[in-house]
Amino acid sequence: MIIKQITVFLENKKGRLTEVTRILMENNINMSALSIADTADFGLLRMIVDDPEKAEKTLKNEGFAIHINEVVCMIVPDEPGGLYRALDILTKNDISVEYLYAFSNDSKSASVVIRTDEIEKTIEVLQKNQIKLVKASQLYKI
Amino acid sequence: MIWNEHIECMDREAMQKLQNERLQKMIDRIYFNVPFYRKKLQEIGFTPGDVTSIEQLKDLPLTTKDDLRDNYPFGLFAVPQSEVVRVHASSGTTGKPTVVGYTRKDLDTWSEVMARTLTSAGATKNDVVHIAYGYGLFTGGLGVHYGAEKIGATVIPISGGNTKRQIQLMKDFGSTILACTPSYSLFLAEAMAEEGLKPSDFKLRAGVFGAEPWTEEMRKEIESKLNILAIDIYGLSEVIGPGVAAECPHKKGLHIYEDHFIPEIIDPVTLKVLPYGEIGELVFTTVTKQALPLLRYRTRDLTRLTLDKCECGRTLVRMEKCLGRSDDMLIIRGVNVFPSQIESVLLEMRETRPHYLLIVDRVNNLDTLEVWVEVDDQFFSDEVKQLENLRKKIQYNIETTLGVSATIKLVEPKTIERSEGKAKRVIDKRKLK
Repeated sequence: MIIKQITVFLENKKGRLTEVTRILMENNINMSALSIADTADFGLLRMIVDDPEKAEKTLKNEGFAIHINEVVCMIVPDEPGGLYRALDILTKNDISVEYLYAFSNDSKSASVVIRTDEIEKTIEVLQKNQIKLVKASQLYKI
Repeated sequence: MIWNEHIECMDREAMQKLQNERLQKMIDRIYFNVPFYRKKLQEIGFTPGDVTSIEQLKDLPLTTKDDLRDNYPFGLFAVPQSEVVRVHASSGTTGKPTVVGYTRKDLDTWSEVMARTLTSAGATKNDVVHIAYGYGLFTGGLGVHYGAEKIGATVIPISGGNTKRQIQLMKDFGSTILACTPSYSLFLAEAMAEEGLKPSDFKLRAGVFGAEPWTEEMRKEIESKLNILAIDIYGLSEVIGPGVAAECPHKKGLHIYEDHFIPEIIDPVTLKVLPYGEIGELVFTTVTKQALPLLRYRTRDLTRLTLDKCECGRTLVRMEKCLGRSDDMLIIRGVNVFPSQIESVLLEMRETRPHYLLIVDRVNNLDTLEVWVEVDDQFFSDEVKQLENLRKKIQYNIETTLGVSATIKLVEPKTIERSEGKAKRVIDKRKLK
């Protein structure tokens, strides 16, 4: 249930994101999800790709600073309160969310990539509460 | 190991006697053969017989790089050109090049002091010495070359550049001693790692590094990345080239070959001689040089001297690793800042690469300092707050160590230009305006 996420350090300079996506394209790497956290000087591009090892190696060779870490992806109903119910479970179990990013799959459900301070506990708690988690293999295929 | 025990372990009294004799002869030579010095000495009422002891040096005139430039190219030479067998010159990026000359005996002296230097680093005839200092007008390559040949080592005169080939040959030839600038040794270490090579793939055991200031932290990094003993060597072409002073494996200061080069420390502002132990500008009198003898030459390097006996047995006066250059000193909002101090701060933190760039500017009549630091794979994560904390920590450490506030900019790896020679660490935009 653990999903590998790649983070790329990007300076706030014209064309850096374009460069990363070009490298991924040329190496035939597909992105399933991504988000960017930006500050005044730099940005962190976080993404989930179909071949994390290859993406890591390729981007490193191109001189990017890369970090790999673990996230989980849960499926919540695409309706009012859908996200709330999942987050409420985490809060009640004393798990704090570092960040998350979400996308709607169809009109019925949404995928939420979530990074917490305790990934194993997060999985355990969510599963116990019947929140559906996406397997790495499934997500990479999106 | 000591190359010349007679000189390097001489007692103070005997050394001073030798220096006095040599100084007297040198004053004769420059008075009679160099109009520039004759005029200077006459101006202060000196005639050759007046100088009998090195104690009198403090009353004699100083020589600067400008004096060499004003007398470009051969005006300060003390021998006819027919006696000069070699000329070296600085790159001259800041004006006319600085030209230095050597007689055959000067080249012998150079070989001798470089033999001492390499022996001091532990080298013997059984070593393979990989010389990646530039050959040519720069003194680095040939200086180490002479010393390595003199001790009978196997010399690889590869010169600078072409990093891939350097690594290949170092591996294939089983080089044991590396000679290059400290920043280039780190560049080599990175390139080795990129090729998937480990220190155990090489036979390197020591390095003699000089030609630019470097810190203790940088030494630790070189030693761990290349798994070698990193020895600091000191020299400048005006004095002879490399071979003016060198560390022994105890790494407690550089032994100055003072039978040839008499050191003094002066206050760079008042020009007064400072006692042992005080930090100031290093000045040399080259008492044996024939082609280009220099009286009290200002090196611009900042250090301090000690006469305490070293554990290695040498009695030569020692200089501390250079702390910076009096002309590299930046004055930012009235505070004296040396780029090497910022390097120390970064290396001590062990959370960034030792590659940095200082950008000094003046905005609304106020000096600004921006420090570019490369983000390292090992110390960066998916969380913004961690990077922001790193930035704040660097800012805090610089401010507490240097007493100036700085803006920290985190940049992508390898965006700061790597040097294969001397590193460019400062862009002072105030000078461009």
